[in-house]
Amino acid sequence: MISRRGFLLLTLAAGTARAQLPPNIAEIRKAALQEAIGKVVGNAQVRTGRVKLEIPPLIDNGNAVPVTVEVESPMTQADHVKAIHLFTERNPQPYVFSAHLGPRAGKARVAARARIADTGDVVAIAQMSDGSFWQESVKVIVTLSACLEEGLI
Amino acid sequence: MARVVVNVPAEAKKGEVIEIRTLAGHAMETGFRRTQLGELIPRDIIRSLVCTYNGVEVFRAELHPAMAANPLLSFTTVATESGTLEFRWTGDNGFSATEKASIKVV
Amino acid sequence: MALGEIPLSERKSGYEFMSRETRAMQDDAVTGPAVLTLLDGEALWGKLGCAACHTDMKGVAARYPAIVGGKLTTLEQQVRHRNPELAYESRELLALTAFVAKQSRGMPIEVPEIKSHLEAGRAFFHKRQGQLNLACANCHDDNWGKKLAGTPIPQAHPTGYPIYRLEWQSVGSITRRFRNCLTGMRAELLPHGAPELVDLELYLMWRARGMPMEAPAVRP
Repeated sequence: MISRRGFLLLTLAAGTARAQLPPNIAEIRKAALQEAIGKVVGNAQVRTGRVKLEIPPLIDNGNAVPVTVEVESPMTQADHVKAIHLFTERNPQPYVFSAHLGPRAGKARVAARARIADTGDVVAIAQMSDGSFWQESVKVIVTLSACLEEGLI
Repeated sequence: MARVVVNVPAEAKKGEVIEIRTLAGHAMETGFRRTQLGELIPRDIIRSLVCTYNGVEVFRAELHPAMAANPLLSFTTVATESGTLEFRWTGDNGFSATEKASIKVV
Repeated sequence: MALGEIPLSERKSGYEFMSRETRAMQDDAVTGPAVLTLLDGEALWGKLGCAACHTDMKGVAARYPAIVGGKLTTLEQQVRHRNPELAYESRELLALTAFVAKQSRGMPIEVPEIKSHLEAGRAFFHKRQGQLNLACANCHDDNWGKKLAGTPIPQAHPTGYPIYRLEWQSVGSITRRFRNCLTGMRAELLPHGAPELVDLELYLMWRARGMPMEAPAVRP
């Protein structure tokens, strides 16, 4: 049974350790995500649909996560995907990549491997030639590997 | 020059949509990691990949620290004519890597 | 020798404990994360003139550690014997080891049964050590398949070394992986080349005998 003094000391130690990151880190990063998306879409409304974001729902290791974004589009001069933007909510900065396409792409499909820092949302946004924006957002769970080296290779 | 891999089909039919796969050897240091002594390790990443097809840009990507190390990027392009696809990666600290691939379009 | 040993029919590679997507990274022969290291290894093989004496390395990695010059030797140590300027865990040594190991892909592991070294390796595997008083066997024999902090515990078969460990964001050797385990167990961190770790590697390869090689593998 831990004494009151022991309990208070433990809480103090835990509080100090966590003082490295601000207590509202989740809100800060969520706001950063919204700001980043805002920079890309401006005032335009982002509709859900037409975008398919393939990402494992349960991630073995957040250091390298296979991601594929595919967008429904005829990819003609008149109607095509201009760009695909990928964002992640819980990383220290939210941008993953921006891929610029066009009618010569034939298909709007880009694959990459991303770093996903923590359980949260991953958002793919397609920028169309007609100025519209479409998105898909997927919530992923990130697990940690066992037995790390802590700098001692 | 850093090691890079590009995979382009050697031959394709005119108008066919082909898949191009690329891989570049780079640690993609995020700029958010710290040493054991607490010092911030500065950011050092590949910032962009550009692909041209007989001199015309057909794909361009901006990469950010949330891309995994040894970044993979796969995309598509229409096989319009025989010729050369050129790939250029550029990044922090003057990083530059290039690769070429030929394609025969029938 | 049979205590705690997993019968061949129940042996599963770490591959089977990974997600479908991570397995796909290992299977990607064109743009998988270990591909660049393999290409580096092939280039070094040419540059260092290995082909002057060695033709192909088929089956070699599947039978290491082995006795060379009277001493139990790992594949890394054998490569270093010829090229002592290559440091343990250096990019060059890993690239060469990966290139050699890949040539045993699909072949069954078959290491020599050197009793004294096997006994030592097995004893180490079963010895409780460190601040957590854990033995390797506690997790990898007794509790494989169960979750440790959300991640499934594999059986610890070294079928894929050197591996591209996603956690490391690079290729690394089995010794680096052992050191990660020892750190996780809060046990004494043995150095690269330590005889206890060479014995352990022999024991683990023997414990995995019959399983196909899959180097260089991808692991979380």
